Amino acid sequence: MTTSIDDNRPSRDALLARVRRALGKDGADPRARADADAYVAARAQGPRPAMPVDLVAKFLTRATDMASTVTRIASAQAIPAAVLAYLDALELPAALAAQNAHHGVCWPEFAALDWSGAGLHIEVRPTVGDDRLGITGCFCAIAETGTLVFLSGADTPTATTLLPDTHIAVVRAGRVVSGMEEAFALIRVECATMPRAVNMISGPSRTGDIEQTIVLGAHGPYRVHILLVD
Amino acid sequence: MMQVASMHFKERAHVKLNDEVLQGNLRKIKGKFVAKRKASLVELDDFEGTRDAGRAIRQRALDNLDVWLEMFEQNATERGATVLFAQNPAEINKLVLDIATHHGARKIIKSKSMVSEESALDHAIEGAGLKVVETDLGEYILQINDYEPPSHIIGPALHKSKEEVADLFHRVHGTPRKDGIDELCVEARGVLRDHYLNADMGITGGNFFVAETGSVVLVTNEGNATLATTLPKVHVAISGIEKIVPTLEDVATLMRLLPRSATGQSISNYVDILTGPKGRGEYHGAEHMYFIVVDSGRSDVLGSEVREALRCIRCGACMNHCPVYQNVGGHAYGWVYPGPIGSVLTPMYVGLENALDLPQASTLCGQCAVVCPVRIPLPDLLRKLREREFVEDLRPWSERTALRLWARVARYPGLYAWSTRLAVRFLRSRAGSNGMIEKLPLGSGWTSGRAMPAPAGRTFRDLYAERKAAAGKSSP
Repeated sequence: MTTSIDDNRPSRDALLARVRRALGKDGADPRARADADAYVAARAQGPRPAMPVDLVAKFLTRATDMASTVTRIASAQAIPAAVLAYLDALELPAALAAQNAHHGVCWPEFAALDWSGAGLHIEVRPTVGDDRLGITGCFCAIAETGTLVFLSGADTPTATTLLPDTHIAVVRAGRVVSGMEEAFALIRVECATMPRAVNMISGPSRTGDIEQTIVLGAHGPYRVHILLVD
Repeated sequence: MMQVASMHFKERAHVKLNDEVLQGNLRKIKGKFVAKRKASLVELDDFEGTRDAGRAIRQRALDNLDVWLEMFEQNATERGATVLFAQNPAEINKLVLDIATHHGARKIIKSKSMVSEESALDHAIEGAGLKVVETDLGEYILQINDYEPPSHIIGPALHKSKEEVADLFHRVHGTPRKDGIDELCVEARGVLRDHYLNADMGITGGNFFVAETGSVVLVTNEGNATLATTLPKVHVAISGIEKIVPTLEDVATLMRLLPRSATGQSISNYVDILTGPKGRGEYHGAEHMYFIVVDSGRSDVLGSEVREALRCIRCGACMNHCPVYQNVGGHAYGWVYPGPIGSVLTPMYVGLENALDLPQASTLCGQCAVVCPVRIPLPDLLRKLREREFVEDLRPWSERTALRLWARVARYPGLYAWSTRLAVRFLRSRAGSNGMIEKLPLGSGWTSGRAMPAPAGRTFRDLYAERKAAAGKSSP
């Protein structure tokens, strides 16, 4: 029996009935559902690795382990100069020199920065595919694994973290949390519902699919640079 | 359904063992995953405790699977996704094509989905006149090589050398032949980038379905699943009913185990949790989101003696550590899932009578159970399937007779001791001066590929009796 997308109910019911039969159940069991709800509400966690008091230092170490690079800056005003310094310090072979472009796109939260004053041409719009440089903020960052957490939204276009050759992410020191559990807790506190996408990114896109040799820049950015604002 | 070749394990294993190119390629990667995994475990202060937690999370989901499935369905639907259920491979393909037709999709991009391999979804899509492009680099390599089957669940093309990939790209892309792995990756990136930007629909698997939020979790290093769910207007996530986990906290625990067990990474580069279609004002993201939750034999496994196999999170550690897999590679297993977990799941999904050799394709050395992050007792499960083969009269006559004879003799200790002594003497008489037996009557299957070491000379029973006697003398 195959069903269609408009009338999938017969398959759904048959599937659930088979699962219940396999589990030796007679039918839907309200008590099991109450137990499940209680488990969800309890928010039980597994064992956690010990974390230092200085989460920011841990985050920066772990991010570097994941092949991200890092610059610490004192304030948001210093972002354009830090971006320029990063681009100018990139040592790219002639074939890839185009990736060193001084133009790109950023999220709206950085619209007011003095980009042109730093000699950069940064447009405030979602990337459409051929931008060399994408500048974004992030929702929070995870110290345990050096991970950046992005939530989708009207002012946080997802692909800006993915399509450009170079992704520069601004992380505020106060937004560095211990583990994934704390990131989820922060989402529950600050968002009414789960956003469409929670993208957790740790370093540049990579592949090991040919002879297990790691190559950076498989589909997404070749490089991820983190500007940590203290 | 993907063509089943699991009944030919013995013949295929033989061919693979004599394939010089493959053996060279396997040697190149041998031990890499094993060493990386080991190095990454030390970061977890309590790895064994985390394994216990992982096991408990997966078992909790399975013990009340109907409840968690309904919770998932309810929460995903509330967020505007459409949750569909597929009972068999044919229904997966039918639902995907229905969705494509409904949205007028002509080009589909895919990130890795093992469940869609079960149903040979790509062939169904092409059969309907639509274009499909695999985006995981390994899967892409296999697709353009006339849909060669994957040989490993996380590194599907690891059986190929860079020279073979270079020849393939040169032939299929019509570009100058590249030498370096870097250049090959850049070439694939360029080809696939265009497909991402103009595809109408993205299909992904699902590492986990999260019941409390109605989300799918996708784990990649390449970021291909992230792109495939960010750019096209339709996203279809396909995975098995057993991939449910209750909470986001459970995802956090399992994500401490999955990448370390798979590739020895602390975390995979891209971990996405996707919930419903895009919201108001969002520029990127799918406008329509579908889940296809697949049975295809899983409910039968749930009610069987090997149900614990459903805890599997598809890390591949069992095959990376399996001496049989390391030598014959993944293709010998003849279906979607190779290695120890495949030797349990394949017989359950395609029929034990179609995969008779797989439960036997193990030395029962136990390494798979030692490394499994969710503590699946794989050797026990293989033994249960062996038992079933015996009980259901599926083993060859000669083997059954030999086992019966052995059982008869073993009941009489004196007779057993005498006959083993005789057998040892006989085997030693067959050995050459190097102590190896080159040819064994009734055992040519064993000795045609390698020599067998002759027994050391004395039986365990002899040695035991002697030591016991000696111990008796020395103790007061």
